[in-house]
Amino acid sequence: MSNLQWKIVTIIAVFVIFFGVGVYPLIAQRYNVHQPSWLVEKALKLGLDLKGGVHLVLRVQTEDALRIVTDQESERLREELKNKQVTVAKIETPDATHIRVEGVPPAQDPVFRQVANEVTTNFERGSGANGTYTFTMRPNVQVSLRDEAVVQARQTIERRVNELGVTEPSIAQQGNNGDQILVQLPGVTDVERAKEIIRSTGLLELKIVEQSAPTKEALMQNGKVPDGMDIVPGASGGTPADAGTIYYLVKKVAAVSGQDLRNARVSVDENNRPAVSFTLSNEGGRKFGKVSGENIGRQLAIILDGRVQSAPTLESRITTEGRITGSFTQEEVQNLSLILRSGALPATLTYLEERTIGPTLGADSIRSGVIASAVGLLLVVSFMLVYYRLSGVNAVVALIFNLVILLGLMAYVGAVMTLPGIAGFVLTMGIGVDSNVLIFERIKEELEAQRGVRASINAGFGRVFWTLVDTHIAALISCAFLFQFGTGPIRGFAVTLCIGLVSNLFTSIFVSKTLFEMALANRHQVATLSI
Amino acid sequence: MHIFKNTDIDFLRWRWHAIALSWVIIIVGVITIATKGIPKGVEFAGGTVVIEKFDRMPSVQQVREALDRNYPGGGQNTVVQSYGDPSLNMVMIRVPQVGSESGASLSSEAAKVEDALNKANLGNHRRESAEIVGATVGRELTSKGIWATVLSLIGILAYLAFRFQFSFGVGAVVATIHDLLITLAFLAFFRYDMSLNVIAAILTMTGFSTNDTIVIFDRIRENLRSMRRDSMNHIINVSVNQTLGRTVITSGTALLTALALFFFGGEVLHAFAFTMVVGIITGTYSSVFIAAAIVSLWRGDAPTRAAAHAHVIAQPAPTPQQPQRKQKPQRKARAS
Repeated sequence: MSNLQWKIVTIIAVFVIFFGVGVYPLIAQRYNVHQPSWLVEKALKLGLDLKGGVHLVLRVQTEDALRIVTDQESERLREELKNKQVTVAKIETPDATHIRVEGVPPAQDPVFRQVANEVTTNFERGSGANGTYTFTMRPNVQVSLRDEAVVQARQTIERRVNELGVTEPSIAQQGNNGDQILVQLPGVTDVERAKEIIRSTGLLELKIVEQSAPTKEALMQNGKVPDGMDIVPGASGGTPADAGTIYYLVKKVAAVSGQDLRNARVSVDENNRPAVSFTLSNEGGRKFGKVSGENIGRQLAIILDGRVQSAPTLESRITTEGRITGSFTQEEVQNLSLILRSGALPATLTYLEERTIGPTLGADSIRSGVIASAVGLLLVVSFMLVYYRLSGVNAVVALIFNLVILLGLMAYVGAVMTLPGIAGFVLTMGIGVDSNVLIFERIKEELEAQRGVRASINAGFGRVFWTLVDTHIAALISCAFLFQFGTGPIRGFAVTLCIGLVSNLFTSIFVSKTLFEMALANRHQVATLSI
Repeated sequence: MHIFKNTDIDFLRWRWHAIALSWVIIIVGVITIATKGIPKGVEFAGGTVVIEKFDRMPSVQQVREALDRNYPGGGQNTVVQSYGDPSLNMVMIRVPQVGSESGASLSSEAAKVEDALNKANLGNHRRESAEIVGATVGRELTSKGIWATVLSLIGILAYLAFRFQFSFGVGAVVATIHDLLITLAFLAFFRYDMSLNVIAAILTMTGFSTNDTIVIFDRIRENLRSMRRDSMNHIINVSVNQTLGRTVITSGTALLTALALFFFGGEVLHAFAFTMVVGIITGTYSSVFIAAAIVSLWRGDAPTRAAAHAHVIAQPAPTPQQPQRKQKPQRKARAS
């Protein structure tokens, strides 16, 4: 085969492939034609703004993760000091990264230091003037705890979203400090439920009740919460309606927590009210068995996200099975069991941004996008045909090629079509013919300088080549920054524009030139060119 | 067909007029921005936008009254407008307040707005869409937007300085900054909200505008080689004239598509399309009148450096074995 024939074959092959991946599925979908499943999977995906759905940005309060570790280590320190019979005046955690110990007796100072060194490995010990020590969490520990908290939060959200059954969700970390999580849920309409499920900490703790009282003050000693203890509010048991709030005094560190959980499912309590049953892991069951065995006759507080749900009296030793009862509706127990199954969040989450796009608005956007594309295409095509006549046909073929490759490539790389993406598509038409115009104008100039048709065409393409490379690279530079800057829809726009630029370089130089060569191939003497 | 056949317009003669005109627009823009500020969309300012779909379309006036009466703090600083296709009965309501960024209360203002509508008995309505942005996101986006624009300008300058002489890079970047300022002036003047889409349009427009400029610069560079004895200003004028047809046609087609977006692209893309239309027009104008003028101001109107250089080195032997590239354009240069 000749050189020209090879070029034609290449072009047809490229067209068929990209048409098959990019355009055919769209047409088939529109007219309900059957298509193979691998093609459906590859089909161009619509962004949230066109499909409808929820877009959430949450911040992970990474302080929480630090506070948990600080609390745990200060409790361990307290226990160990008690074991070694070192009595100190006070152990407190003034903030998330500090432990303060006051009143270490001078005589016991060496023992204290030794215990502290063994227990508080994540902390730096400050100087101990007058028996007062301040422990500061090591910076590298802080950083890794924060990172871990965000990653864990992301994974937990992923599990919850999967349990919700959302198709093609997108969950990613973002933000200047990397502590934000972007959640996109296409097609979700029940926003409030999704928000609640994602955000609930889902921290289950089982603690033995030391004391309970109708007011906080009654549980305090000298107006303060006793060391190592926590006061947690909860309903006073019985039916929810009559329940005034009651307060429980419990240990700060839980006997068993959500990490020991193996499963949770919807069930009912003895009064046939909705409840959640849970199963502990073997390790959790062993711990729970020990605690429940030692405390028969006392109350066990079942605490969920800092609130006592119920506080049944332990009648026997319990190991792995348990049940959370309270004043739940059927939907609440469903959500709760889902949240417990997917594990607790390591830190609380707050919402920074929240967008919902209804399906009506998405459909409206698609409709206007398609109309704008059609009008834009029509205008550009008619202009090119009127102004460049037969060569205009060349440009139009190149333009259509460009659009087909653009759609095909987007589908292939799994890019998402958004509304700004459609705008990028429309602009690609307008800006894309630029390359053709540049080449054609140059050919005209060469023709006016009385050069032959073939020579003019070659000169036109040859001269303009580097200009095109320059303009396309400059445009790609601004595109790259756009991509870097944007999230969601804007990224879609940047991707569309970038791919459009690359495919434009191919169509305007290779396809368009081959078309000219085809037109001139069978003619020996060419005197005129319709341009 | 030819729009411009062998034009011979002295563009540089008009450069001071052009620069003056640009300054007037920019100053008006700066005054508008200084006195009224750039209106920011919720993405940047933070706030709550809800789009409510009604069974029976109320008038904008009715919705406004409902907010005045029932929304805490009244309807001050709220924006109410009908939204999207009229057959969809949608109204957009924007309030600057946003729930606190703690817990799940970010969307509390949206609920208050809906409450206000319920109390006014405007018929059934439901939330079609909402956009609720806290201050943190707005702050981060603003800094990101500014950085993206600045870095992309630096990127273009670096590339052009690498591919052309430095003066051309300066010309292109000055022209692009010019377009940026003019576009901002128009946006401020017509009170379009600064949104993510608008930033995207501005960045695209800078790409487009440099595109035009590069084509002209490329021609100047080519002519600098062939028209060694001519003055810089003459070469610039010839180059701009030679590429005028192409400049007008491509801007024309780009403008056609931007207008298609403006009129048919729907509500969401309105500000985007407006920015593109303004950007394309000013981009074309600046490529023709500003970019090259900056190059000539930067370098002066002396006979080109290449020419001076050629006198010293190439005088004795008028380059017999010069590659043909250099001869071809010479003929064309004479033709123009």
